[in-house]
Amino acid sequence: MKKLGTMKLSRIVPLLAAGLLMLPAAAKAEGMPQLDFSTPLTLSQVVWGAIIFIVLYIMLSKTGLPMVASVLEERATKIAKDLNEARAAKASADAGMAEADQATAKARAESQSAINAALEEAKKAAAAQAETLNARLEKQLHDAETQIAQARASAMSAIRQVATETAVTVVSRLTGATPDAAQVDSAVGSALAARGLG
Amino acid sequence: MAAEGSNSIDALGQFQLHPALGAIGGSVNFTQSNLMMVIASVAILAFLYLGMKPRAMVPGRLQAAAEMGYETIMSMCVETIGGHEGKKYFPFVFTLFFFILFGNLMGVFPLFFTFTSHVMVTLALSLTVFILVTVVGIKEHGLHWFTYFVPQGIPKALAPLMVTIEVISYLSRIISLSVRLFANMMAGHVMLEVFGSFIVMLGGLGLLGYFPAALSLGVNTLLIGFELLVATLQAYVFAILTCIYLHDAVHLH
Repeated sequence: MKKLGTMKLSRIVPLLAAGLLMLPAAAKAEGMPQLDFSTPLTLSQVVWGAIIFIVLYIMLSKTGLPMVASVLEERATKIAKDLNEARAAKASADAGMAEADQATAKARAESQSAINAALEEAKKAAAAQAETLNARLEKQLHDAETQIAQARASAMSAIRQVATETAVTVVSRLTGATPDAAQVDSAVGSALAARGLG
Repeated sequence: MAAEGSNSIDALGQFQLHPALGAIGGSVNFTQSNLMMVIASVAILAFLYLGMKPRAMVPGRLQAAAEMGYETIMSMCVETIGGHEGKKYFPFVFTLFFFILFGNLMGVFPLFFTFTSHVMVTLALSLTVFILVTVVGIKEHGLHWFTYFVPQGIPKALAPLMVTIEVISYLSRIISLSVRLFANMMAGHVMLEVFGSFIVMLGGLGLLGYFPAALSLGVNTLLIGFELLVATLQAYVFAILTCIYLHDAVHLH
């Protein structure tokens, strides 16, 4: 630590000594040199200072500062442009997104309607098929009923004849005499009517 | 200053002016103070020219520093004086700030003269500001500007007194502005000189003096850091006060 201090010292001492030597020997004026008006330098530095300041002001305001301003402006413009481009890109991406969404929705609606139409058609076809089937069955049923009714009617008419013949045969066998046909017929007719078969 | 036997500390000799640039400089009374002003001006211009030369979209160090200097002073002007007027007086405030800043900072280097430690120089600067502020005020407001010295809402009887006080406070800006800067710079350099002399004197005493000499060196090291702060701060104070005065001149309160 102390070694470091002395090392620095050995470097700084000559500097300081040189600085002190640079001052003129007669520099030890009474009071502050800043208020020593016996030398014209105190005021002449102000005149020179004014000239230097004015030149610096002109140089800065005409060249130095506009240079900085132009660079800053350029950057601001570039940033604004890039931002605008980014915004435009985002807008177009959003538009594309919306378009895609719309297309999806449209496709979904179309497929739904196609499904509905197919379903409707299938239902209609099934209904038509069922109707024809029904009609055929109905007709078959009707035919069957008709046949049954005919068979029944023919059977009924046969009953009378069979009954009459049976009655004639029974009477002739029992009595040996052939009964009057009209009498037998009316008796069979009333007997059948009494049983509800006439 | 304090004289210690034959080894007297010449703390004020550093402020002595003498001609610079040889015989030509001497014939036109060009002092080393003015030489430092020229060096400061060249340094400021070089700072901007070299810094902004790349015109880079992403600035390097020097360009960033130059832009920061520009934007700091610009925002100070715009915020303190106001938008349009701030931009108008920005070059002046920028010149003022960097002229004082570079003068102050370069003065901290050994062997360099500090032109802001001369009250005549700082007085000239503050007079420039004062005259500019007054001219701007009268130009902006005409005779109405004189109402600046009449505070609002005071009793009529007090008016003469208040106006006198206001005028004195307005005029004292010249003194306060110049003396603040000059006194700060001078005091710092006197301190540096005194402790620098201590190092030389105590170091010359031999083994016994080494410790106090090293202590003085330590103090001087701290003082230089402090001086850097003061140099920047005083330049800033000068610039911001100029902005405030300009704001008053433009807006009247």
